[in-house]
Amino acid sequence: MANQTVDPPQSQTVIERPWLVVDVTRTLVRGIVILSESPVGLAGFLIVSFWVVVAVFAPLLAPFPPNTPYMPFATPGTVHAATGSTFWLGADHLGRDILSRIIWGTRTVLFYAPLATVSAYVVGILLGLMAGYKRGWVDDLLSRLSDIILSFPILVLYVVIITTIGASGINIIIAVVFASAPGIMRIVRGLTLDLRNREYVAAAQTRGESSWYIMLIEILPNARGPLIVDACLRLGYVTITIGVLGFLGLGLPPPDPDWGGMVNETRSMAMFAPHMTVFPCIAISSLVLGFNLLADGVREVSLKD
Amino acid sequence: MIIFLGKRFAYLILTMLIVSILLFLLLEVNGQAVAIKVLGPYSLEEQRQIWLERNGYFDPIWTRYLDWLGRMVSGDFGESIRFKVPVGDVLWPRLLNTAILGGVVFAVMVPLALALGVLAGMREGSALDRTISIGSVITTSIPEFASAVLLSALFVFWLGWLPGTSNMMNGFDPMQLVLPVTVLVLYGFGYIARMTRASMAEVMQTPYIRTAVLKGLPYKHVITRHALRNALIAPFTVIMLQINWLLSGVIVVEFFFAYKGFGALLLEASLNQDIYMIQACAMVAVFVAVATQTIADIGYTYLNPRIRFT
Repeated sequence: MANQTVDPPQSQTVIERPWLVVDVTRTLVRGIVILSESPVGLAGFLIVSFWVVVAVFAPLLAPFPPNTPYMPFATPGTVHAATGSTFWLGADHLGRDILSRIIWGTRTVLFYAPLATVSAYVVGILLGLMAGYKRGWVDDLLSRLSDIILSFPILVLYVVIITTIGASGINIIIAVVFASAPGIMRIVRGLTLDLRNREYVAAAQTRGESSWYIMLIEILPNARGPLIVDACLRLGYVTITIGVLGFLGLGLPPPDPDWGGMVNETRSMAMFAPHMTVFPCIAISSLVLGFNLLADGVREVSLKD
Repeated sequence: MIIFLGKRFAYLILTMLIVSILLFLLLEVNGQAVAIKVLGPYSLEEQRQIWLERNGYFDPIWTRYLDWLGRMVSGDFGESIRFKVPVGDVLWPRLLNTAILGGVVFAVMVPLALALGVLAGMREGSALDRTISIGSVITTSIPEFASAVLLSALFVFWLGWLPGTSNMMNGFDPMQLVLPVTVLVLYGFGYIARMTRASMAEVMQTPYIRTAVLKGLPYKHVITRHALRNALIAPFTVIMLQINWLLSGVIVVEFFFAYKGFGALLLEASLNQDIYMIQACAMVAVFVAVATQTIADIGYTYLNPRIRFT
């Protein structure tokens, strides 16, 4: 019986595989159509897509290589004599083109922020499902631990962790997971406590499915609504975190461009050349705004149904 | 009520104990690493061994933890590696400076956020509500360091109205507090405003408000006498929890404006591997955060009779 129900979907996915790209586009288009009911959400979507496009086409869009020094402290609009290209946003203290560094920095932030958020979600979802579904001492232990981690002032926690394990890409992800997973766990746990008493869970239990099957296949997909909204907000927050860590000198090591790090490197000279710090700040603020507006839009649309 | 208070305090102490174990495991358990930080990277292997021996790092881990905890509780945080004086001598004045900064931030932020939240929640969906909501999303989207950069570019570089650093070199100067406070208020007020708005909007839909309006009370009267009382309970907790956020925010702002406070101290300690200073700062920060959470819990119970004594 169990085998029969599992087999058909497998063969279906094999047949549908060539259509996967079409499917993804179709889902995306449907998402935009739904989202267009909320102007705020659509604005957020457009801002985020703008930065995604910038990240994807960075090599084509950037007028200069991001790490090559040209004219230190060049003001916005200066034309570089040798290549004929313009420093549209000026150059930094080492003479590197700021526009190119912002464009390449998009790749950094749009790589680390989603990766760290997804990692935190994997950990948070697994722990939250366990706490909410199994209850008992697992729940008590995980809930207490998450309370304690959440009682840390968040940046103090980051500073302590990064000081101990060192500043690098992977360590930033570890720190984000450590600090964000408890919050995600709490949300998933709450949703699971509600969903575990539904009929379809009871049906799965009667069928004799394993508890991981029930948690991941039955409960998790039904908890997705609030989680998607939270993920958009958290993505914005993780973007801020990565920016702040870079700004504090605890972020990714130089020289590859990272928006927070660009501000950190040049902020002592901002009193006579503010263009070096202002533009990366505008970039990160607009991306975070995009994520937050998107989250608002998704919430608005999901509340309408 | 006494049982409730006792429970909260027991929980506070338990949390601090677990936090201390966490910090001990993160920072202290590896004696070799501590020796390198204290004696410097160019110290000899023998020197480190002697130092470890003398400071009891070869004792069993439990005795070491209890010794360390005892010193922490009695306020003996060790000697700062960078300043060469006891940690407490540097820490307490810095903490006072941050308390001043935080006090001003709260004095500005809380009334502003509550007023905007109440105005927005009074008439849900109105133009004013939309403006305030979108405005608070925008200000909350700008990281503190970015608004610090943008505001100082505007007011320090282009307009020249305000000083760009807040190191208080020539005594206390209120003008130097303007930018740090503005940055923190801009980032922080949105959350309280949104919570107040949600709480107010909920209260405005309750039957007793409808009754008050229908029996012909002046609208102002309905808002101030009836709605506000219940609408401000939920934001109270949020305001107390903002102290936790503020302890993070001051790190960025004090670093940017060179304000001699607690946050800048923690960051400098971390960049200089000043291990005893980091421990002390982290413990103090968590203590303040957990203590305010406890106060928030107690206050919430006191304000809201529906959940009292449970």
